[in-house]
Amino acid sequence: MKQNQARRDPPWLVAALIAVGVAYLAILLLLPLVTVFAEALRRGFSYYLGAIREHDALAAMRLTLLVAAIAVPLNTVFGLAAAWTVTKFDFFGKSALVTLIDIPFSISPVISGLVYVLLYGANGWFGPLLDKLGIQVIFNVTGIVLATTLVTLPFVARELIPLMQAQGSDEEAAAATLGAGLWRTLFFVTLPNVKWALMYGVLLCTARSMGEFGAVAVVSGHIRGQTATMPLHVEILYNEYAYVAAFAVASLLALFALVTLAVKTLLEARFGDELAAQRWR
Amino acid sequence: MTVAASASSAGWRLTAGSPLPGFWPALGFTLAYLSFFMLLPLAALALRPWESGLDHVWAVISSPRTVRALQLSFGAAFAAACVNAVFGTIVAWILVRYEFPGRRLIDAIVDLPFALPTAVAGISLAAIYAPNGAIGSLFAPHDIRIAFTPLGVMIALVFVGFPFVVRSIQPVLQDLDVDVEEAAATLGASRLQTIARVVLPAIFPALLAGFSLSFARAVGEYGSVIFIAGNIPNVSEIAPLLIVIRLEEFDYAGAAAVGLVMLVVSLILLFILNWLQAHVVRSASR
Repeated sequence: MKQNQARRDPPWLVAALIAVGVAYLAILLLLPLVTVFAEALRRGFSYYLGAIREHDALAAMRLTLLVAAIAVPLNTVFGLAAAWTVTKFDFFGKSALVTLIDIPFSISPVISGLVYVLLYGANGWFGPLLDKLGIQVIFNVTGIVLATTLVTLPFVARELIPLMQAQGSDEEAAAATLGAGLWRTLFFVTLPNVKWALMYGVLLCTARSMGEFGAVAVVSGHIRGQTATMPLHVEILYNEYAYVAAFAVASLLALFALVTLAVKTLLEARFGDELAAQRWR
Repeated sequence: MTVAASASSAGWRLTAGSPLPGFWPALGFTLAYLSFFMLLPLAALALRPWESGLDHVWAVISSPRTVRALQLSFGAAFAAACVNAVFGTIVAWILVRYEFPGRRLIDAIVDLPFALPTAVAGISLAAIYAPNGAIGSLFAPHDIRIAFTPLGVMIALVFVGFPFVVRSIQPVLQDLDVDVEEAAATLGASRLQTIARVVLPAIFPALLAGFSLSFARAVGEYGSVIFIAGNIPNVSEIAPLLIVIRLEEFDYAGAAAVGLVMLVVSLILLFILNWLQAHVVRSASR
């Protein structure tokens, strides 16, 4: 930020660029955010409270928390196992494995839902078998968990891998030499070294799993009060022209997004050097 | 560590002599997890379209409605990535180079499209750009409609892809050596010449990377688009929505075919963009 002589732009250019940039951000980002809260409160605060305490809205909140409570720990354990594998050992096909982990980021969320319908839906590969066993995956909570897990699969792994790569494995090797087993090494040496990056990954993973829409929309079946997560409940209300109620539920998700952004900014400001990939998809 | 040493510590260890425990359990778990959640599902996507025959696949993907939806998804994603390239560069520039009140807050708010669930962004954008909305009402008297047209689709895609360009360029701009700009100024270049001929080429590879990420995200985007798009077949219907419609008709092969085409085309385009990026880096370092 220090203004070097050679970097001093003409004042008119500085003013013009700041004006354009700030106006653009205000219209593109701030206006939609403000609109969510303005629309949610359009009929007053008591109507707002009623909308978010409505029976199906509460069911949607419970389901969203349940799905996140399953998908996030799964992907956290996976992230740790994958990072341990690719950063502490050398083996054939390692770089291919790292590339593979990133795949969910480059496929459409709708495709992430579609693939599970192709496997477990009524006409799916395993559909008839599941039907015989009396297990329903699609149009059910199980399908929602599967699709959410696929969409958020890389978040923890991609935070841990670059950091653990950079830290090397000297400390773990010392622990192993002193007789520590896998779990002791993991809990007392590795985890303390990567805790902030792990937290950062878990934060992004949680935010995405609670807000996921496309993948979940495909597998859920949109049954009010049963298989509708919060984003799906927003869609249902919106399609029923219950706009204020839709924005009321949406405002809770927006509030959660703001908290996520605040915690993320705080983590980056305090532990920026320990957080490898500050990128988020 | 030699093969003999690692073999003596544990007879089955094939890795290049790491003294650490847990290779086989960790690798086994990682591969099993990836297979269950990703590889098996993707195999279904690759194989299922062909079950009902090549003719059916071709009929689905060559139907005017599918072609139009694919054109819209890829075209609008490309246009949105171009808009993001321009404004993302400006925003990255003012965040890195200028000091002004609210700069840190703006820096944090850039990531909003990543944090805000797409359905929330979707209904909000639809409300703003509808003919009676905050911005839509400004254009409605001039007979310009934004919501329920391809223009509305593009605006939603600009929103979701915005942070990628800013976040790609920012670190490069931050690390750019002041010497090169000083040298250009000393040699008599005007400030605008320096920016155009020295700074922009230096950040171009990062700009391309941000463009690719923004484009890739926009191609598959669903939640933020369907509310503002109005989903009129052949006009404002995006490819991911067509997949959902085919699924609702229980045409699994057709849905998988559209999904597979989307996936293959985006992989090819990303491959080209990556190659271009590597090419630019190489010719710049020469």
